[in-house]
Amino acid sequence: MVSVAIFAAIVLFAVRFRRRRGVPAEQIEGSTPLELTWSIIPLGIFMVIFVWGAVIYFKERTPPRGATEVYVVAKQWMWKLQHEEGQREINELHVPVGRDVKMILTSQDVIHSFYVPAFRIKQDVLPGRYTTAWFHPTKAGTYHLFCAEYCGTQHSGMIGQVVVLEPAQYQAWLSGGGATGSMASSGQNVFLQLGCSTCHRSDTQGRGPSLAGLFGKPVQLEDGRVVTADENYIRESILTPGAKIVSGFKPIMPVFQGLVSEEQLNALVAYVKS
Amino acid sequence: MKPEPRGSGRRAGDDYSVGRETAGTEGAIAMATAAITAERENYLNQEYGIKSWLLTVDHKRIALLYLLSITFFFFIGGFFALLIRLELLTPAGDLVQADTYNKLFTMHGQVMIFFFLIPSIPAVLGNFLVPLMIGARDLAFPRINLLSWYLYIIAGIMMLHCMLTGGVDTGWTFYTPFSTAFSNTKVIEAGLAIFVSGFSSILTGLNFVVTIHRMRAPGMTWNRLPLFIWAHYATSIIQLLGTPVIAVTLVLVVLERAFHLGIFDPTRGGDPILFQHLFWFYSHPAVYIMILPSMGVVTEIVPCFTRKRIFGYKFVAMSSIGIAVLGFLVWAHHMFVAGISLYAALIFSMLSYLVAVPSAIKVFNWTATMYKGSITFATPMLYAFGFIGLFLMGGLTGLFLAALGIDVHVTDTYFVVAHFHYIMVGGAVMGYLGGMHFWWPKISGRMYPEALGKLAALLVFVGFNLTFFPQFILGYLGMPRRYWQYPPEFQVLNVLSTAGSTVLAVGYVLPMLYFLWSMRYGKIAPANPWGAAGLEWTTTSPPPTFNFDHTPVVDWEAYDYENIPAPEEARVAG
Repeated sequence: MVSVAIFAAIVLFAVRFRRRRGVPAEQIEGSTPLELTWSIIPLGIFMVIFVWGAVIYFKERTPPRGATEVYVVAKQWMWKLQHEEGQREINELHVPVGRDVKMILTSQDVIHSFYVPAFRIKQDVLPGRYTTAWFHPTKAGTYHLFCAEYCGTQHSGMIGQVVVLEPAQYQAWLSGGGATGSMASSGQNVFLQLGCSTCHRSDTQGRGPSLAGLFGKPVQLEDGRVVTADENYIRESILTPGAKIVSGFKPIMPVFQGLVSEEQLNALVAYVKS
Repeated sequence: MKPEPRGSGRRAGDDYSVGRETAGTEGAIAMATAAITAERENYLNQEYGIKSWLLTVDHKRIALLYLLSITFFFFIGGFFALLIRLELLTPAGDLVQADTYNKLFTMHGQVMIFFFLIPSIPAVLGNFLVPLMIGARDLAFPRINLLSWYLYIIAGIMMLHCMLTGGVDTGWTFYTPFSTAFSNTKVIEAGLAIFVSGFSSILTGLNFVVTIHRMRAPGMTWNRLPLFIWAHYATSIIQLLGTPVIAVTLVLVVLERAFHLGIFDPTRGGDPILFQHLFWFYSHPAVYIMILPSMGVVTEIVPCFTRKRIFGYKFVAMSSIGIAVLGFLVWAHHMFVAGISLYAALIFSMLSYLVAVPSAIKVFNWTATMYKGSITFATPMLYAFGFIGLFLMGGLTGLFLAALGIDVHVTDTYFVVAHFHYIMVGGAVMGYLGGMHFWWPKISGRMYPEALGKLAALLVFVGFNLTFFPQFILGYLGMPRRYWQYPPEFQVLNVLSTAGSTVLAVGYVLPMLYFLWSMRYGKIAPANPWGAAGLEWTTTSPPPTFNFDHTPVVDWEAYDYENIPAPEEARVAG
């Protein structure tokens, strides 16, 4: 609207005040009240747009409680997805209509970006940490999934689709897949395999802190800080345990950086959360 | 408020030469006898031979050296752009390989930004005009000025060498860890080339700041400076303070790539987001390095062709400074989906809206300057109109992008590509071309063909919109940027865009041809063909080596159009 008004004014002035003989230009120095008007009014409009945009953004960035979780690992040049229930998919994501879906994203190599234009979501996927995004599908159909952050040769080939199914069809799809148990249970296997359970016991007698019911709780650290036990905290504590030592415990845990794959890590996180 | 007319009782014409007592008289005489004095000694014909150019310390000759070199890089970058558009004519990746395509858009960006847009107006028009406009004989450090051109050339050769020996495919943004650990191309060479070109930019900025502070003619107070100078002052501050940051960042990329330091690479304990902060800390203000000088050009052109003083001088001047300062505080708006915290996003979104205010002030003031003017439509004015229109589009879509909720959807899509081309090509390049036409008579001593000039301006405007407007829609529909192949439903808009780019290319080649033609066959230009205010018009065209025969003494305000006779009708109507 404002732009139309300015375009109109420019065209109007250009026509109305084009050069005519004998009509000299009228010299006008300026006008402080006018300057203030056209500074303050746009500023007001800008602030309204800002707040409006910010409100949408906050909603978009805050996953609702109880959302179904999907772990996404991006790599050059494919999307590997795993449902909480254990189903694995590549470059395709099946979800039922009407259920909130939260994605926990990480990358195995460079930065990618998970973009589903139809859902208006986009989130960069970073190596070495988790980012999250969520959506609430309302209409069955097949939607583009793009990588939106340039990631090398086949960047434009790193595309897939999100298939939104009616709940009944979704159930059929779920039972058709060759799931080998939920992520949490495969996480438990990894947990036992790596010997985590020798120290992280479910009682308080272990050499490491108990992990039961840890997720989402504040953790008192040795250096006095308090952090919330979110996915990134758990991830960091597995890969580089020395970074944040829980108060009352010794820094004796070995480093798992390079020893566990992204998929195993995701399973471990899912297990700790369960 | 009406200014007190100087020497009341005299006719405007008399007043003009009386007011500009020293150099003005000289200029008036030169104007009257332009044809005879064509062979008068000037900066072009004072010396001949390659050496007299390569070792010159004359700011005007260095400006021409820059003009030649940036034009060369502009056509290389433009050639890459055409190949990109041709590849995107069809959804399948068929014209070039994926890796080649990635190199094309990377080097298109690097060449256009670091080797054309950043130096364009400051190093050519700024170099030529800053001393002339403030009544100085040269820049404060003529040798450093020449050094900055040599640095640019060294950087340019490094970049060319990088291109010819394989190129680079990181995107002009060099995002880590792709650039430091994954790309197999010549990242180090490209990084070092841009590192060196940065010093050229810093030295130009330094030279302008010192010159504007120390070399103004008697009476040329800060409030009498042409707004072109204010814009360049603001630009120079950004060049001085911002460029070292990108230089350091690129060195870190080179070090991490060569010696595997863990700065940005998470597998070595680095943080890839840190790179983005450092990169955009320069690269966002860099947009203002490109657009502020262009705004300065438009601020000179609009008063001249409306025969009016600029509306709200102080607000336009201060808005340049405001943009330079606020421009440093908005960088993370490039990173709303990159994984920064919600609250950081909130702050940067709000600050981004603040920087829009001084830009809006400028647009309003240009529009108000036209009110009750006596407007003619010479080529420079057409470019100024084009600038205002396209900059407005670019600015308003910038407001969309700064809105957090919308940005999530359209960032990293063709919407962003269209947005920044509206600012950097629609804005900066339109201003550059407008300025080249406006000051060409001063630079070359010849007039360009007006009718062809108008045609080219029209072609550029139409071609530009046809190329980039469809990209807004493509982006809104969800087509990501930097895609070598794309889903077929995006094809129609891509074909339109490619068609537009060919029109645009003609619009860009045409001025180069007729500028060259006019150097030999153009009409001899008088000292002040447009009847423009400003000291540069009081000396002969082309100016003598030391610009003014006597140091001018300024006792009038900027844009004193009331006391300057309008030029012949024929000259501006073409």
